[in-house]
Order: sequence, then structure tokens, then C-alpha cells
Amino acid sequence: MEQKREEMFSLGDLYKEVIIDHTKAPRNFGKLEPCSHDAEGFNPLCGDQLHVYLQINDDNIIEDVKFEGQGCSISTASASLMTQVLKGKTVDAFNALFGAFHDMATADMDDEPDEDVLGKLAVLAGVKEFPSRIKCATLCWHTVKSAIEDAGEPAKTE
Amino acid sequence: MNIDNIRNDFPTLHQEVFGHPLVYLDNAATTQKPQCVIDKIKHYYEKDNSNIHRGVHSLSERATKDYEAARKTIRDFFNAKSTKEVIFTRGTTESINLVASSWGGANIGKGDEILITHMEHHSNIVPWQMLCERTGAVLKVIPMNEAGELDLTAYAELLNERTKLVGIVHMSNALGTINPIAEMIEQAHKVGAKVLIDGAQAAAHIATDLQALDIDFYATSAHKMYGPTGVGVLIAKEELLNAMPPYQGGGDMILMVTFEKTQYNELPHKFEAGTPNIAGVIGFGEALKYISNIGFEAIEKREKELLAYATKKAQSFEGLRQIGTAKHKACVLSFVLDGVHPHDLGTILDREGVAIRAGHHCAMPVMQFYKVPATARASFSIYNTEAEVDALFAALEKARDMFA
Repeated sequence: MEQKREEMFSLGDLYKEVIIDHTKAPRNFGKLEPCSHDAEGFNPLCGDQLHVYLQINDDNIIEDVKFEGQGCSISTASASLMTQVLKGKTVDAFNALFGAFHDMATADMDDEPDEDVLGKLAVLAGVKEFPSRIKCATLCWHTVKSAIEDAGEPAKTE
Repeated sequence: MNIDNIRNDFPTLHQEVFGHPLVYLDNAATTQKPQCVIDKIKHYYEKDNSNIHRGVHSLSERATKDYEAARKTIRDFFNAKSTKEVIFTRGTTESINLVASSWGGANIGKGDEILITHMEHHSNIVPWQMLCERTGAVLKVIPMNEAGELDLTAYAELLNERTKLVGIVHMSNALGTINPIAEMIEQAHKVGAKVLIDGAQAAAHIATDLQALDIDFYATSAHKMYGPTGVGVLIAKEELLNAMPPYQGGGDMILMVTFEKTQYNELPHKFEAGTPNIAGVIGFGEALKYISNIGFEAIEKREKELLAYATKKAQSFEGLRQIGTAKHKACVLSFVLDGVHPHDLGTILDREGVAIRAGHHCAMPVMQFYKVPATARASFSIYNTEAEVDALFAALEKARDMFA
């Protein structure tokens, strides 16, 4: 009985209502034209495919970001939430979030996510209990990183 | 055939996962191991552990005897002509790579054609692509229809005097289709092509008589037949093996070595360089004895019954689309469910104790054909029950409700 409660709790931990909502109606889904940066992400293990598009201005601010592709609930919701959070942020802020998100996804079970930094992204903290699903959540972040890096070093503000 | 007795032979089955009895439906990835196989491997490491073919001491003699006895068991099981034709490898993948590298290297040239089917596992695609890149040969593909059955008319048209090898999966791991290899082999031989059969998925479920089918190269793995991982076999016609150069050089595959020249060992040792997976081979032999004791007649009848039960449930499950509906199929229920990605299904089902596979099943061209990124796959074995199929569908309902 004890174990049963534990299991119910864990599954709900991953598939929170917000995640189901973003799965069914992903935000910022589609192609961004024109865009300054784009990249494809691919998880060969599960076949998840992702394409992210970014419009980064001369001040290194992510003016717009969209994504398209096919993936599971976790990768779709993660990408959807990410696009909402990144809009209006600087590339430096992205880098900080990238680190924080990665830490959250691979943290110890008992660690609470830093909601001050992560904001609504903290809803994905449950993936750490599902080792085979961590890559689903981080794929979009790696894809944005490679989009930014592949285009060469973006102009620095300072 | 008493399912309860069979289930009792498999210790792994008797455990709980997240508070639910384990329902293991990932048999196409690997089967569980019966106690007799586990005991046999344990016995080797506890009593007979030593190297084979070289020691004069008692342990080595015992280990060599058991290792070679397994070769005889495998010869009998597949009705190969002689134990010289039975080469132990790391598994199906290595067996196919051995053929592509050794036989392919010696026999395939520019403009030659290699024919494979649309439903091959990556292990029967990539080694041939690599060979084609090296030699300038051309890889051609036998198409299939929506049900996941090969187009035999197209096959007949693709065969020609340039076709040097036809690679066919006996049973598709992604679809469950059983291919009509007997007539396909006959047709290939008419144009002088050799045939390689990938038996990894079929070998535990359908009787395969290599001589009756006139198979040139046959590859399979122990771990999909209730045996250990990391060991498999290539069974090939003796005259082909004799004419082939060695695949790897090293110990055990030689008769005489000087710095000027090496004389290679006789078959089958010519293709078994280095210390092999001795415990694995011995366990492999024991696994085949286990299958033989149950008998293919009983196995095929039972597995057909269970697949029919599962298929019926699948057909009436709202939003479920079966991937692979061939007339001749076995043991595999591959599907997608509206609104729930296969990966989420895999995770949700796991929490209900139900183990399935989600992904492309190492058969990406099959996924491309059906225009799906992945499928969920439940695959059955002799120890699965109708109650487990019910548990699968109960868990699927739960998953569907979560995303409703």
C-alpha cells in the first residue's frame, strides 16, 4: 500500500497538469521566418526530432523563439515552456538558465529546484526521478545552445 | 504445455515493480532466462572455469567438452550439416558483420547488387552499406505493403544476375511479420545469389531447418532464446566458410605461426579468434535444450493463441493503430495511440509494472514507412498469459485517460 502511494505520487510528479497542457497545446510552435539562428536536435534513442528558430538582435537579446518537431510529452512541453521563458532574455541569461535547468534535471531526489531562477521551468523538476526521460527534457536546451554556438560567437554587449 | 510450470522456471518473472506484479512484455528486446541456464553458467564459473582448446588439465578438458557439446546442440537444433559450420560470435550483429567483411570482401565488387528488405533491423542494413561504400556495390531494397508484408512481385523483378546476396529477416522485430523465406531463398538461388537469414527474432518462436531451407548464412543471438547476452552464432555452408578469409586474427584460429606466414586453423576454429564467451556458449546450449524440451509445436500454438487474444483487444481499443498487421506474424504487437507518445506510454506503463519497448526498435526505415517517429511494442513469449495482456490494456487505458 505504501509503495502504491509512492508510485502514484511519482507519476503525477512527472506528468503535471501544466505539462499535459503544454503537450496538447504547445506554445510558439512553428517556423520562425526570418530568423538569425536555428538548429536541429535529435535524440537517436527515441526518435525525438526538434527544430528551434531564434531571432537574436544586435543587443544579444532573444527577440523571438519558436520550435517545431515531433516528440514525447516531456520533450514537447519542455520546448514549449522554454520558448515562453526565453523570449526577451539575453544570450547570457540563456546560458545561466541552461546551467540551472541541467542542474535541476540531474539533481539529487531531495534537492528542491531553485524557483527564483527557473520560474515556471521548475515544473519539470520531476524528470530527475525518471532517468530515461532526462534527455527528453534537456533536448530543446541543447538545441538552442547549438543554434547559438553554430552561428559563431554572437556579438557581446560589453 | 503448463504455463504455471514454465513461469516457475524463470526467477525474474516473480517480482514486483512499483507495487505491481511484473508484466514482462519486452521479449523481442531480450527474453528472461530459465533457472537451468542460470545454473549451467554458475556451474561453469564455480567448477570448470578455465580456458578451452589448450589446457591439458582436467578443468580445461571439462570446459572444452561442454563448449563443444553446446556446438553439437546448436547444430542439432538448427539442423546444420556439421558442427564445422557452427561459428560462435558475440551475437547476430557480429555474425552479419563477419559475413559482410569476410565473404563480402572476397566476393563483392563494383556494380554487384545486395538486396535486403524494407523491414530489416539496422544490423542487417548497416554492414551492407559499409560493404557497398568499400566496394562500389549497390544496395537495393525489397518493398513492403501497408500490412508489413514483403512485395514478392517486386522481389522477383529486383533479382538479377548482378544480385550477389539477399539478406532477409526471418521475423521482423518491429512488426512481427514472418517472411516467406523458403520461396525467397529458392528464387535467390536461381540467379546464383547467396542468402543470409537474420534469425534473431524468429529463432525462439519458429522451427528453422537450415538444410531443408538451403540457407547459405544464418545468424542469431542466444539472448533472444532464453540464453545469455553477448553470444550468438553464424551458421554457414562449409564450402563457403572454407573459401572465406578469416575475419579476425589471433589465438585459437591458427595452426602454425611464424613471422613469415601463418597457417590458419580448420573450421570452425578459423573464425573463432581469441578466448570466446565460454560460459555464454555453454548457457546458449542449455537454453536450446530448454526450448527443445517444450517443443516448437507447443510453442507456436501457444504464442499464436496469445497474439490472437492481444490483437482482438487491440482492435477494439479506441485510438489504437496497429503497426504491422501481416497475415503471417508472431509475438509482436506494435502500435501507436492517439494523443499519447510511445515514450510516455513506456513510462506510464512501467509504473503499472508493465514492461514494453518504446522507440524505433533499431528499424528506422520501418518507422519512416509508417510515418511515425516511434511505436510502442508489446512482445510476447512462452511464459506470458492472458491476464498479463489484460494488465497491458488496463495500463493503456490509464495512460489514455491521463492525456484525455
